[in-house]
Amino acid sequence: MDLQTTIYLVVGLSFALYIGIAIWARAGSTSEFYVAGGGVGPRINGMATAADWMSAASFISMAGLIGYMGYGGALFLMGWTGGYVLLALLLAPYLRKFGKFTVPQFIGDRYYSQTASTVAVICLLVASLTYIIGQMTGVGVAFSRFLGVSNETGIYVGMAIVFTYAVFGGMKGITYTQVAQYVVLIFAYTVPAIFISMHLTGNPIPQLGLGGDMVGTDMSLLQKLDQIVNDLGFGKYTTALPGSELNMFVYTMSLMIGTAGLPHVIMRFFTVPSVHAARLSAGWALVFIAILYTTAPAVAAMARLNLHATVNTAVVSGGDVFAPEASLKAEERPDWMKRWEVTGLLKFEDKNGDGRIQYYNDKSKNDEFKAKAEAAGWKGSELTVNRDIIVLANPEIAMLPNWVIALVAAGGLAAALSTAAGLLLAISSAISHDLVKGVFNPNISEKGELMAGKIAMACSIVVAGYLGLNPPGFAAGTVALAFGIAASSLFPAIMMGIFSKKMNKEGAVAGMLAGLGVTLFYVFAHKGLFFIKGTEYLDLIGGANSFFGITPEAFGAIGALVNFGVAFLVDKFTKEPPEHIQHLVESVRTPRGAKAVDGSH
Amino acid sequence: MDKQGEAYWKATLGLLTKILAVWFLVSFGAGILFADMLNGIHLGGYPLGFWFAQQGSIYIFVALIFFYAKKMDQIDRKFDVHED
Repeated sequence: MDLQTTIYLVVGLSFALYIGIAIWARAGSTSEFYVAGGGVGPRINGMATAADWMSAASFISMAGLIGYMGYGGALFLMGWTGGYVLLALLLAPYLRKFGKFTVPQFIGDRYYSQTASTVAVICLLVASLTYIIGQMTGVGVAFSRFLGVSNETGIYVGMAIVFTYAVFGGMKGITYTQVAQYVVLIFAYTVPAIFISMHLTGNPIPQLGLGGDMVGTDMSLLQKLDQIVNDLGFGKYTTALPGSELNMFVYTMSLMIGTAGLPHVIMRFFTVPSVHAARLSAGWALVFIAILYTTAPAVAAMARLNLHATVNTAVVSGGDVFAPEASLKAEERPDWMKRWEVTGLLKFEDKNGDGRIQYYNDKSKNDEFKAKAEAAGWKGSELTVNRDIIVLANPEIAMLPNWVIALVAAGGLAAALSTAAGLLLAISSAISHDLVKGVFNPNISEKGELMAGKIAMACSIVVAGYLGLNPPGFAAGTVALAFGIAASSLFPAIMMGIFSKKMNKEGAVAGMLAGLGVTLFYVFAHKGLFFIKGTEYLDLIGGANSFFGITPEAFGAIGALVNFGVAFLVDKFTKEPPEHIQHLVESVRTPRGAKAVDGSH
Repeated sequence: MDKQGEAYWKATLGLLTKILAVWFLVSFGAGILFADMLNGIHLGGYPLGFWFAQQGSIYIFVALIFFYAKKMDQIDRKFDVHED
């Protein structure tokens, strides 16, 4: 069977599975629509959470980023997993005990204030919508690269699939499709990794292979990679830092806090039957996430090594990388390169006209290296590699069979669709439960609310599809913004609501607004007001990354600090929360009496 | 809050503090601040600081959450606030 047919078959089968689940798991009540009936076991919820959490970015882009960044890429690995420790210890069990459908509802009830809940709804909508743009474009990319259809067609098909199980099934449909999607994506991720690890190190477990020796030598893979990238003028793989150590520290912290504060992840913990199950479920979620997250660094390093070895034959043998015959002849380049050149993710330009490909760091600051490159007649790096290729083309680079390539296509789609569905549910329940029922029409019937939820879901899918088809110019920076918002506004408000009995509504609202404000102020200074080009105001804050060299993506943790600080200050000078709120906090803190999650206001 | 409730909350906070200390030490400590120093030591082919940053911290996070869940169950029972 040729490659294209195999891909259609595997992706088609996975879609048939999701639709089958959609037909089986329809939501008949608001409880099923918002929290899948509230009886999902900790392991199943953990698996669904893992799929919910691991997005197109985790699946497609992360290994490439790590491969490119080296050691410093660990900030994504630690940030996006360490957040689960915070979620498990500080938020999930208590929010489960509180026992309501949505995150804004907790904030509204705990701070006895519609204003607080509305601010939370706005933060939730902005964070989730920005996040979803990335998922929809991810769906489009995966379709167009693998199935040979246009980006637009890809997004329409993706919307239709999500529509069938999210609108009719709500959280119930989403939960069970996410379980199936997890299985698809984890196979798709680990199978190529196992092949490649076996090939390079003789060890089938990638996590061990990364720490193993190269086949037939007694040199470790990482040592070899350090030497290769050094020979080609790049920074040492095992120590390369993105910016300063302080920036890496703050960036990691921001991702952790942001992860714990993202509403579409928190919501998953409302589906388990008890506080005890919520705690365990966070552990299971991280187990399932860790399988991919500990494989990613192996994929990163091995793919980077394979790529250099393909382009320059001397890097592996340890010969002279500058020798003319070491560089790959352009006309002899492998088929996968040609295939990916068509998509624009890979570009080759013969700058020095020698008919061979040189791929190295032409911005190296090492004078000795630069002199050697110049003496060899190298006129700049001739290969431009989009980082997403590391995962997408990995099976082809490693010459794996067609079915593995098809699996990667299905896996990328599963990752994007599962996260999109979780985000859509967070958005639609904030609209139907917190706005329609909470603000506009508190007397709405259960049936009416369920219908409102389904309509909100359908509209959200259309909006998400529109944003995917017409991604705003700032799409690239948006996921970082979602983390910044979750970290600086939602996480501190929820945490103080549980851990401080005396925190009052004035403090919480002021804190959320201050945290959000300062984060947006710093991000907009770099990227323009609402990401409109030309409205950057870097001079005002004293130049790029002026706050101790911290990049705007890493700023969420600082926003969170401001939030905590302002909240406690305002709290000190305003009157303490009423007695019954302090009792509410006490009851949230103790597991006994946890009831099924419901939606009463 | 009654005495029993206060003692329960104190025990909970004590556990959280201990776990978060480990959480911080393995990621921000071993993975970032002391990574250079630890890289002098090797775990198989891994420099140790690099291993903590890209592998070890994640394994320890998983262990920490299960440890937390188990200990909280014990604390819940000790103070008689567990679910039925």
